[in-house]
Amino acid sequence: MAYLRNLEHGDIVHRCFRCGYCKFPADYSDFNCPSYKAFGWDTFAPGGRMWLIRAWLSGEIETSPRFVEIMYSCVACDNCKNQCVFPKFKDFLPDVFQEAKAELVSDGLIPPSVRDYFKAIAISGNPYKLPQAQRGKWAEGTGLQKYSNQEYLFYAGCVGSYDEVGQKMAKSVGDLLVKANVSIGILGDEETCDGNEVRILGEMGLFNELAQVNIEKFKKMGVKKIITLDPHALNTFKNDYPKLGASFKISHYTEIFADLIKKKKIKFKKYPAKITYHDPCYLGRHNQIYNPPREILRAIPGVELVEMRRHSLNSFCCGGGGGNFFTDILGTGEDSAGRVRVREALETGANIIAVACPTCAKMLTDAVKMENLEDKLEVLGIAEIMARTQK
Amino acid sequence: MYKLKFNEKVCATCPSSDCLLKCQYMTFSGHKEAHAEIMKIILGKDSRVLHECVTCYACEEYCKRGNHPFYLISERREEKGMFTAARPITNQWINMTEMQGKCLVGDVKDKALSCCYIPELGALGTGEIFKDIAMAGTFGAEFMCPAVHTHFAKMSVIKERLPVVIDNFRRLGVKEVICLHDECYGTFTSIASAYGMEVPFKPVYYMDFLLQRMKELKGKIKPLNITVAYQRPCSNRLIPDKLPLVKKILNLIGVKMPKRTYQDENCLCCGEVIRSVAGYKLADDVQKRNINDMLETGAEYCMFNCPACQIALSEKVSKRGLKPIHIIDLCKMAIGEKEREVA
Amino acid sequence: MSEILKSLIDIVGERGVSNAPEELWFYSRDPGVLEPHKPDYVVLPKTTGQVQKIVQLANREKIPVVPMGNGMALTGLVIPLKGGIVMDMKRMNKILEVNEKARYVVMEGGTSQGVLKAYLQENYPNLRHSIPDAPPSTTIAANVALHGQGRLTNQYGFNSDMVTGMEVVLPTGEICLIGSPSLGPYWFSKGPTLPDLSGLFLGWLGATGIITKLGLRLYPNKKIRDVELFVTDRVELVPEILYKLSHLEMLEDVNVWFQPKPLVFSGNFHVTIFFTGDTEEEIEFKRKMIWDALQEFIDSKDGGFMGVQYMKNMLLEMPGRGIADFADVPKGGGFEYSGPITIIEHYPQYAAKVIELAKKYDVLYASAARLIHGGHCMMFSISFAFNRNNPAMMQRVKEALDEAMAFALEMGGIPWKPNFAEQKMALEKMDPAARKLLKMIKNNLDPQGIMNPGNWEVN
Repeated sequence: MAYLRNLEHGDIVHRCFRCGYCKFPADYSDFNCPSYKAFGWDTFAPGGRMWLIRAWLSGEIETSPRFVEIMYSCVACDNCKNQCVFPKFKDFLPDVFQEAKAELVSDGLIPPSVRDYFKAIAISGNPYKLPQAQRGKWAEGTGLQKYSNQEYLFYAGCVGSYDEVGQKMAKSVGDLLVKANVSIGILGDEETCDGNEVRILGEMGLFNELAQVNIEKFKKMGVKKIITLDPHALNTFKNDYPKLGASFKISHYTEIFADLIKKKKIKFKKYPAKITYHDPCYLGRHNQIYNPPREILRAIPGVELVEMRRHSLNSFCCGGGGGNFFTDILGTGEDSAGRVRVREALETGANIIAVACPTCAKMLTDAVKMENLEDKLEVLGIAEIMARTQK
Repeated sequence: MYKLKFNEKVCATCPSSDCLLKCQYMTFSGHKEAHAEIMKIILGKDSRVLHECVTCYACEEYCKRGNHPFYLISERREEKGMFTAARPITNQWINMTEMQGKCLVGDVKDKALSCCYIPELGALGTGEIFKDIAMAGTFGAEFMCPAVHTHFAKMSVIKERLPVVIDNFRRLGVKEVICLHDECYGTFTSIASAYGMEVPFKPVYYMDFLLQRMKELKGKIKPLNITVAYQRPCSNRLIPDKLPLVKKILNLIGVKMPKRTYQDENCLCCGEVIRSVAGYKLADDVQKRNINDMLETGAEYCMFNCPACQIALSEKVSKRGLKPIHIIDLCKMAIGEKEREVA
Repeated sequence: MSEILKSLIDIVGERGVSNAPEELWFYSRDPGVLEPHKPDYVVLPKTTGQVQKIVQLANREKIPVVPMGNGMALTGLVIPLKGGIVMDMKRMNKILEVNEKARYVVMEGGTSQGVLKAYLQENYPNLRHSIPDAPPSTTIAANVALHGQGRLTNQYGFNSDMVTGMEVVLPTGEICLIGSPSLGPYWFSKGPTLPDLSGLFLGWLGATGIITKLGLRLYPNKKIRDVELFVTDRVELVPEILYKLSHLEMLEDVNVWFQPKPLVFSGNFHVTIFFTGDTEEEIEFKRKMIWDALQEFIDSKDGGFMGVQYMKNMLLEMPGRGIADFADVPKGGGFEYSGPITIIEHYPQYAAKVIELAKKYDVLYASAARLIHGGHCMMFSISFAFNRNNPAMMQRVKEALDEAMAFALEMGGIPWKPNFAEQKMALEKMDPAARKLLKMIKNNLDPQGIMNPGNWEVN
């Protein structure tokens, strides 16, 4: 069958059986696709998207605001890729969704909130439309120095640099890295957007530009190793940038801390708490980094680590991926991802939700408020928890 | 086309008939009876052996005169249209090992690392030990030793396919093929020569390679200080001169192998083929005696040399408290490449 | 905006109704081979009250209503043949009650198989339900409404036999409790010892009402599950093999299957025998009984047990994730099957028919049969795969399935979840008095003809 337009992975769209395995985690305990959970229509599930893309490619349906909304409601959590039962093409599901969005960007037919997101980054260099000059302000008081041939570059990212919750996380990580005598520097107001969300949302031109700027900058500065605050940055540095000529060693800050703890370079005082750890999609599912945050928490005397039913590969996304952090297409109803997730956390009996991603931190912090659980649950970054044990 | 190079006179003048007298599954009153039975087989007559042999390969080892009694039994069975396992199971094995042009060939120059058609071998032939040869792997029915069909008395399948397998290797231009499985090495040596097939490359037994590599990696070895019981596979009976390699390797890596009843020439096979060929009662009995014997030595691990034995027995030995492990994985543990197995 | 759309928004809220082209396109079809038909609206009710109001509206305005689970029956039963409102029940997925000692669960009509399984594993690990091999997103209510089967069907009958009570919204809008719930708070019986009204809704494929609540039997969940795989190349021995196995009265499930590829399966018929136990002793005892039961076939070399270690995890999975794989064999995302119910003696004839049809229509085949209630009958599936981008292939599959159905009826079998055309074939062959009774029931329950019209319609 000839399609009206070509997607790189267009040859797999007709192979979807819309069987629905993609809606679930491995134990089928609840719907694990945030857009499907929030909206309820089969069209908002991965199988529905695949079938709609097939109809769209063959001209049976046209681009419409609804179609665009369906495409952009995907939070790119990769649950579908892991749960799909068709081994020959499951790995390409996220590619199909991303390529469809890239086509919509080329057509100029994207939701206003997505267009605004691209515009803000293109013009201001960040989605908050805040001045570049303010990008490094979060680091004040941490002792972090500007990057100048230290062993590591510590990359904060847009959320870590400008969002209040993100800044708290960046500060706590930076602070601890300095105290642990890790040789790091930051770019401060010279840091620019990593482009992970831009790529997922389909603006390939802008993404390539952002990536090239970063790659050239890092190379020029002699950067060899990067520690990221944000798993989104880790993801794109590790998986997309090499195709554009980058070759840096990328680590997430939890990997660095876990290693320091193994080498007994960080010690803890007792901190009694019942903590559940929320796996960020871009650290866990996308990059299979599950253990280091858990190793850190287990190393703290007094901490009882309890797992949510859906954890590690089966973690339920906070709803912040796929640009939804900024576009808010999923909304904040009862079935929105963040609220579902904090209710799940509450069931464990934990009083702290540990997070390792500034997007998760913000999404879940807001969700706790919306669920009126502020007196029962606290959302804290791993480094913030570690900081509490240093007192 | 290919005929079993079998010498009647060698059996006729054999003073021991050990092939049958030592059999672990059939009892004979003495040399006279055993000798009479082997002569019946030679002459193409019916013999209880043709009905009772469980295909454990032991007689290939017991015969010190190299006259291939087991291959002869299989030939006679096929001539008479006899089946060992059920006919549909026999055919299943023939079908699933058919060459379909779907093999995998790595960067093969003058050496190849043969993974036969067993995926587990691909996983074993990795890491530091195999680093110089792992890229030259071969995998697929095109490179599979067809020895398994001896269990099902289908020597015709072997005679048809083995020359093709040998030719497939020849066309790769290899001078040496390292066989990760006893059956492959046994096929290219014992079976090929029994049928007068020329093998234009040097088959290398993986344990020879492993011993050499472990000697080279001596500096990295931390002695494991464990005890194992060895599950010797049936196909090792085709290459008994290679048996001493096991102890040499274990000595290098600090592994003890206490004496047990069912060892060396008296070893017991894993029993899974026996299950298909002679029923579950005998198979269960063999496996029970074997595992009890392993436990009596105080061994912590059951060490395997064959993925098929491993699949057959891993769960059963684990349930009795033994940790299953392949000898290659023990070597990987010794050089710190693999974590210690947890029971 | 139309009045109807306004009314629907009033009932389910804006996010609960759609007439956008995207939803209309998607909900007009299922993954099988039948032609799509567009609905006018799709709704996502969350409560029985909402379902009732929608049905009342439909009656007033004479609009068809088509309830759906996940649409994986594949025989077009969720396709709105006459347009109207497709009612996606999957938002009504709460588990309401488990009575552990009476071993039943009560749940909403859109609860999925997977969610029930997970719920029981977490909260009542001693209990299980008869889970089908359909994907876990399929709903329990839809499965029983079409007399589905599951892992416990060999022991306990069709999954619909396991219903213990229902709440139904009738086509005329009344909410009706069926079975023991109509008299008290316990959901232990779908009918007996009252006049059994459940038969008015089970097997009717959504044409006589909408199940909004369902009671379902739960069964003991043993600690160990194991499997043996018996293989024969003589199809004529299969009935006797099944008869001997079912005599044991100790098997969880028995499936018989064959397919041409991969080559390891070529030319053979495979009998998968599932059994459970709480101890190793129990399992080993059952294993020996199974082997002994088939000893004569082993002795004659006509059959043997295959080593299952490689396949064990895959065989024991519930639901079986590998089953959907058949859809991708022609790299095209589809398969459809006809699964008539018949007696086990007819296995060889049905098996021959599968191969004959595959050859005649040049399609890829697979077949799996399942014993029902100890072998009183079996479901025999004739399954063909297709490439969704190849309409000619899809047409050939449709024709092959139609011929399969005709054959089954000729052999005295009965259809399972027949599409509307197969329903007509069955109605034509049916005893006239039975057909008349069917028509009377349908007309009286649904005088406006709004419930899944086109299905079980007697002209």
